Amino acid sequence: MFTYYLDLALRSLKRNKVLTALMVLAIAVGIGASMTTLTIVHLLSGDPLPGRSSVLFFPQLDPESPVSQGHTQPYPMMDYRSAVDLWSAHRADRQAIITSSSAKVRLPDSGQPPLMLGLLSTSADFFPMFDVPFQYGSGWSADDDAHRARVAVISAGLNQKLFGGADSVGRILRVRDTDVRIVGVLKPWRPTPLFYDPWSQNFSKTEDVFAPFTSSLEINQGNFQPYTCWHVPKDPRDMVHADCVWVWLWVELGSPAKVRDYARFLDHYADTQKAAGRFAVGSERVRLRDLMTWLTARGQVPDDVRLQAWLALAFLVICLFNAVGLLLAKFLRRSGEIGVRRALGASRGAIFAQCLVEAGVIGLLGGFFGWVLTLLGLWLVRHQPVDYAHLARLDTTMFLATFALAVCTSLLAGFIPALRASRVVPGWQLKAL
Amino acid sequence: MDILPILATLRRHKVTATLLILQIALTCAIVCNAVFLITQRLHRMDMPSGVAEHELVHLRLADIGRRDDEKARTAEDLALLRQIPGVTEVASVNQVPFGNSSNNSGIKLDPKQSQSTLNMTTYFGENLAQAFGVQLVSGRMLQPDDYMDFDAVVHAAQAGDLKHLPSVIVITQALAERLWPGQSALGKQIYLGSEVPLRVVGVVRGLVRPSIWDDAMAQYTGILPVRVFDGNYILRTAPGERDRVLKAAIAALKKSDPHRVVIAQHIWDDMRSDFFRQDRAMAVLLVGVCIALLVVTALGIVGLGSFWVAQRRRQIGVRRALGATRANILHYFQTENFLLATIGIGLGMVLAYGINLFLMQHYELPRLPAIYFPVGAVALWLIGQVAVLGPALRAAAVPPVVATRSV
Repeated sequence: MFTYYLDLALRSLKRNKVLTALMVLAIAVGIGASMTTLTIVHLLSGDPLPGRSSVLFFPQLDPESPVSQGHTQPYPMMDYRSAVDLWSAHRADRQAIITSSSAKVRLPDSGQPPLMLGLLSTSADFFPMFDVPFQYGSGWSADDDAHRARVAVISAGLNQKLFGGADSVGRILRVRDTDVRIVGVLKPWRPTPLFYDPWSQNFSKTEDVFAPFTSSLEINQGNFQPYTCWHVPKDPRDMVHADCVWVWLWVELGSPAKVRDYARFLDHYADTQKAAGRFAVGSERVRLRDLMTWLTARGQVPDDVRLQAWLALAFLVICLFNAVGLLLAKFLRRSGEIGVRRALGASRGAIFAQCLVEAGVIGLLGGFFGWVLTLLGLWLVRHQPVDYAHLARLDTTMFLATFALAVCTSLLAGFIPALRASRVVPGWQLKAL
Repeated sequence: MDILPILATLRRHKVTATLLILQIALTCAIVCNAVFLITQRLHRMDMPSGVAEHELVHLRLADIGRRDDEKARTAEDLALLRQIPGVTEVASVNQVPFGNSSNNSGIKLDPKQSQSTLNMTTYFGENLAQAFGVQLVSGRMLQPDDYMDFDAVVHAAQAGDLKHLPSVIVITQALAERLWPGQSALGKQIYLGSEVPLRVVGVVRGLVRPSIWDDAMAQYTGILPVRVFDGNYILRTAPGERDRVLKAAIAALKKSDPHRVVIAQHIWDDMRSDFFRQDRAMAVLLVGVCIALLVVTALGIVGLGSFWVAQRRRQIGVRRALGATRANILHYFQTENFLLATIGIGLGMVLAYGINLFLMQHYELPRLPAIYFPVGAVALWLIGQVAVLGPALRAAAVPPVVATRSV
């Protein structure tokens, strides 16, 4: 029966090619536009560390005093003293203290000009905590943190650039004026979004050089930029003693009980600092968000992208109305034919099924061309000047979603027209013949 | 033209007519809002900068040397840059308009205020106003003897030593108007943070901030008499000379020390287009969406129109046989479309308003100006009429003899 309906549907579609093309095009364009934008939203709101994101937390508190106008949320960073206090308390399973800066980097005794690179200053836990993949060597130890060891880990990109991709563990790199020994080389690693850095663009690359927090404070002294300050620093090159926020912390908390304990610890710290007169606000301005909550709070999906998604969905709705209208007109125009079939014994259900098959064929065709248009749309996005451009690819989920959307759309579009067609009263139609 | 028969006919095609009306309504609503968004973006991209846009070249060098010789180094660089043929002005500055990295400060009108009045951006750099080509409206520009070195200023600020802090400032017209509406700003006092009193000695037409998080505050700018030595240079030259000057400048600076890193180099126009590239991309996208929407709607009208004409061939034939002229038939379909479009547009207006309310809440957009409603309406009426013309002409061409045939 189904093959017969399919045959009827194809004949009917061939009878009026222009109209068929119009309907397929409308559905294809609607699906192409929606799937392009939905894919972007899906990619942008993705989890950078699936499986681990629920145990990673971003503690925030507000060291500022006095509180300035309109400032109701804590900064995404802390001052040096608060961050070091929390870090050295070791109350979490793992904790990484982090800040970033730029540093001049070159190979000693080489004629190459120096490179201006991002330097991430952090502590040993950073690498295991964020599952950072190593090509050669490993991260440094907690001992290295304590002893301000002159060591560094470099990115795959920098290793390629300086050493042609060879194992460079043990080689010496000059960061500003200090020689550091390379202990590890990363595999290509690009968490998207770049979740650990509240300062960066959401979808930028990682830094190229990673060095212990304690030692890079000495190596790159004077080159650390504050996120913001509430007093003019005595010496703008000395961030350690300045009333500025520029350091942040990530902690790993393995169980809900540990999260509660850590939250209590943060509250207590903030209240103690307030009592001591160092903070203007205490625990009421403390936040402890897990990774995904923090990313949402930070607004990782740009407003423009969300607006585009709404626009595309509205567009799909219009295309749907269009398809419904055309299908309805088409089916009703065949009232005579339907009347004959009914008189010859076809049930309402049979007519309904036949019409729905025809709508489904249009939907599949629309879905196919919609998929082509989605690929085209994503190709266009990849050539846009936006920092998430490299992400714009169709994964399996979204590929399947495209066809699901197409078939749902066309069945939805076919439903009312098919229902109307199946209600055709055979007697009237036969009389009119 | 009598519209009652048309309404009677439409009543027999309720579902189809409703769908067409809904489609027109949605299209109208979205196109109104999209066009509004486009004009917003275009307007934003036109944001005045206050500088001589087509005459500037920007250069930023990293790690200009050890701390103790940066002043000498900067003086040397500026001398080198000034010697390049075609360069008319040179300045070492702390930030550039639309450069995305900025120094900002809260200011107060009364030092006893607990909260700052507003937040302005602070430009530093000797000869900055001349190099940028900022236009003076009243008062005077900063003079060489107003200027102090950045490190000395920081030192004095820490010591609370007012004598060695800047005491004068040049501000923009927008800031002056915001602080003292309707009055002359000259001679008035503002306080930087809560400590540093500054007397306004000059007002300039405009100087935009490097990074803008609120368009209303884009021109809240002050120029302070502070010399900076960060390797951030502005060169002014004739529009046609900029590429050559930029190359010559880099060559000259590299020659003086090959170990320096050029972090940024721009013809200033490129900074503007970079700064607004997201807005431009969005505007282009919205234009595309509008066109696609209108085309889809027009095709829908053509499709439905053709079907109705085909369906009513006999009815048309009968009318023609009973004496209706071709023009009558043509007008019938045109009027029918006009009616449907009008209902759709009416609904669309309500919807457009609703969408605008939603956007105002979630995307901080202003209210949709009333002018967009008639513009959207006219656009859809026109598109409806153009789209229905083909089917209507075909209807008018139906010969009366059709009435006598059975199918």
